[in-house]
Amino acid sequence: MTLTPSSTADVQAAVAEAVAARAPLVLRGHGSKAGIGRPDGNEKPLFLAGLTGVTLYEPEELVLSARAGTPIAEIEALLDARGQELAFEPMSFHALAGTGQGTLGGAMMTNQSGPRRIKMGAARDHVLGVEAVSGRAEIFKAGGRVVKNVTGYDLAKGLCGSWGTLAVATEVTVKVLPKAETAATLMLLGLPSARAVAALSAALGSPADVSGAAHLPLDAAARAGLPGPATLMRLEGFEPSVAARFERLAVLLAPFGAAERLAGEASAALWRAVRDAAPIAEPAARAIWRISVAPTAGPTVAATVAAGREAEAFYDWGGGLVWLATDPVDDGGAALIRGAVAAAGGGHATLVRGPAALRETIPVFQPQPAALAALGRRLKAEFDPYAILNPARMAGDA
Amino acid sequence: MSHPEMPPVDEAVIARRGEIAAALRRIVPKGVIDNAVGLKPYESDGLTAYKTPPLVVVLPETVAEVSAVLAWCHENDVKVVPRGAGTSLSGGALPLADGVLLSMMKFNRVKEIDFDNRVAVVEPGVTNLGITRAVEHAGFYYAPDPSSQIACSIGGNVAENSGGVHCLKYGLTTNNVLGVELVLITGEVVRLGGKHLDSEGVDLLALIVGSEGLLGVVTEVTVRILRAPETARAVLVAFSSSEAAGECVADIIAAGIIPGGMEMMDNPAINAAEDFVNVGYPRDAEALLIVELDGPDVEVDHLLSRVEAIARGRGAMECRVSTSDAERMAFWAGRKAAFPAVGRISPDYYCMDGTIPRKQLPRVLARMRELSVEHGLRVANVFHAGDGNLHPLILYDANVPGELDRAEAFGADILRLCVEVGGVLTGEHGVGIEKRDLMPTMFSDIDLAHQIRVKCAFDDKHLLNPGKVFPELHRCAELGRMHVSGGKLPFPDIPRF
Repeated sequence: MTLTPSSTADVQAAVAEAVAARAPLVLRGHGSKAGIGRPDGNEKPLFLAGLTGVTLYEPEELVLSARAGTPIAEIEALLDARGQELAFEPMSFHALAGTGQGTLGGAMMTNQSGPRRIKMGAARDHVLGVEAVSGRAEIFKAGGRVVKNVTGYDLAKGLCGSWGTLAVATEVTVKVLPKAETAATLMLLGLPSARAVAALSAALGSPADVSGAAHLPLDAAARAGLPGPATLMRLEGFEPSVAARFERLAVLLAPFGAAERLAGEASAALWRAVRDAAPIAEPAARAIWRISVAPTAGPTVAATVAAGREAEAFYDWGGGLVWLATDPVDDGGAALIRGAVAAAGGGHATLVRGPAALRETIPVFQPQPAALAALGRRLKAEFDPYAILNPARMAGDA
Repeated sequence: MSHPEMPPVDEAVIARRGEIAAALRRIVPKGVIDNAVGLKPYESDGLTAYKTPPLVVVLPETVAEVSAVLAWCHENDVKVVPRGAGTSLSGGALPLADGVLLSMMKFNRVKEIDFDNRVAVVEPGVTNLGITRAVEHAGFYYAPDPSSQIACSIGGNVAENSGGVHCLKYGLTTNNVLGVELVLITGEVVRLGGKHLDSEGVDLLALIVGSEGLLGVVTEVTVRILRAPETARAVLVAFSSSEAAGECVADIIAAGIIPGGMEMMDNPAINAAEDFVNVGYPRDAEALLIVELDGPDVEVDHLLSRVEAIARGRGAMECRVSTSDAERMAFWAGRKAAFPAVGRISPDYYCMDGTIPRKQLPRVLARMRELSVEHGLRVANVFHAGDGNLHPLILYDANVPGELDRAEAFGADILRLCVEVGGVLTGEHGVGIEKRDLMPTMFSDIDLAHQIRVKCAFDDKHLLNPGKVFPELHRCAELGRMHVSGGKLPFPDIPRF
């Protein structure tokens, strides 16, 4: 049996043998996100990094297909040469885990999206079709290669966020988009977090067409090389449009302070850092949580946690994405964080970095209410009845 | 695809009509209809060629009532067809003679508007346009705009993953819904998503949007609302060939421009529209493009000049930029009136809905002209050119024996053609009963089995909207059997039980 498949048929054979032997597999692309989830037991790794190659790229049709193990970096380079990009900004785990951006399959199946999520949608919003091997060792496809498609359930999107627990994606088709001609960042300095999120809400509710909305409190800002708490808004598009929108946004936000302008590589580097949670990555011993809540609830959640234990936060998605660092002792803050999320109207909190001992003892992914958890188990049983695929990863019961 | 067969009617259930109506009345005292006259308005949806009066109609008003109705039906093995405004063009809400029709139209409140978080929380019976009406005073709107937006409900939009003319830039329903409250067939109430972004774990919300009423009944929807663009202007471009128009579309996108809307009409559609609304469309054009740019004034001006240059470079016969909002609306008037305009030149028309890779348009139009001759029926085309979504309108007369059958056969040929060139059976109208039997042209048995597995996880008794989407309803237990190919089971060493 080959555990380094280079074709869909190889993957099917590997899964079939694993089913026959009742020997679970752990799916591994580049391993960039291997530190997320319940630690694996003694499952055999199914290495997918050899399943590479762009199989279709038609720039004028805004569509690209590639085998699941194709590096994101390779795809981004190919697109860049034609002035296009993956608009959801797949994050790199370089800062958090010393790894990288990983593979296309990894980015899509874990639904990794960066700052542009607020305007352009998540990874799942860009998936058009998928070919996969389910835990029944059957090859199936879903979706297609066109943007407008309501033929059957949207399984291609549904698999996003499944973290390899339902099927092994072998080929993914995504929507690609033109890269913006230019970008600029409007920065306000010195705002406390709640006030900063109010500024971001004002900007996002304006016609400025903001494509990134983050706030770095003092410590995170310092690590990003900024002189004080920094509230950042990115404007992208055609040159005259960006210039005009910047001027109007500066006027709109005048009550919050004077607007500073960052452009070129200074602006781009800042958004890469925000995308990768770099401003909070150090010290490396800290546990890192990725928390999604209603944008205005972000500062409240962070403040509630900080009142209970030492914690440091910064914000993306207009306040709705809270990156929170805690001390990884006892439960790493899990109960406090999830209580704060529930009290603030709901959402989810994922431990994206933490020692194995912590990941053994707490649910790494947000625990679900009973009816929803049962639904998830039924879906898992339909697609992977022998619990062959990533059986540990999303296990929630401590 | 003519006349798909519905699941066999269970006469025993029909015999229990009185008992079922009485049980539902105990749950929803003032919301049960079981007399023939009262059932009549519910006998079809927007696909009016098919009619079946339901066994009984129930109109709950609270989530608790929806939950109790579904739990009772689950317990008693009674089928349920959910219905919103009944505007489906694919028969998604076609009733079953032995099934309860569950109308959600009493759920018509806008529950919350949260401008700071840019979301609206609404009940499923609120119309698509109703959401925009509720937020437009503050300069916001809800982006997906199916042409039935004045009537169709947001619950129906969720079920069908509805689109509209602005999808290329702003996405479909699935890209604009952040959360739902959903009642399962067991009566359990679950919440997916909310005001926050993205789901944790498997994206169940993505499966619900576009599930055509087969997975659950939505009782609340949280949608993203957007700040309306500062301005919108349109340019009308006429070409002497559909090839040139197609190349113009490709050039615009290659230039990095994603228009708010980009529509194409062919010569029969241009003339039908011009006869009807008289807005000055060039009658001799083979293809007419309407390209709308939206955003800040300076951006729109900048892009209009670029689009105009591209169009002239592709040999446009005529290129007219709107100079006022009234003129922009006039450009759109013909396109938006295309369906009724075609209705004036033919007693009946049948609206198809396939999607193709854009560059295949000339080939598809050429083949469609041949098919038109073969089937002896005229066809007019309107096309969401930006996203490749084609709406051929097949003209026929239902009073001429055999013409409906021919129209349906023509339609099926067009959809097969869409799949053949790399496209799909339906871009925004849904599979319903209309395209159900064509599903195997796009999906293998194993592909379909994996879709039905989703159904089994949500509704293993197949009680919700049976007969729609899937050509065959395998019992969930039967799906467990491996597929036999050439007399041999794949992987014979795998134990099966």
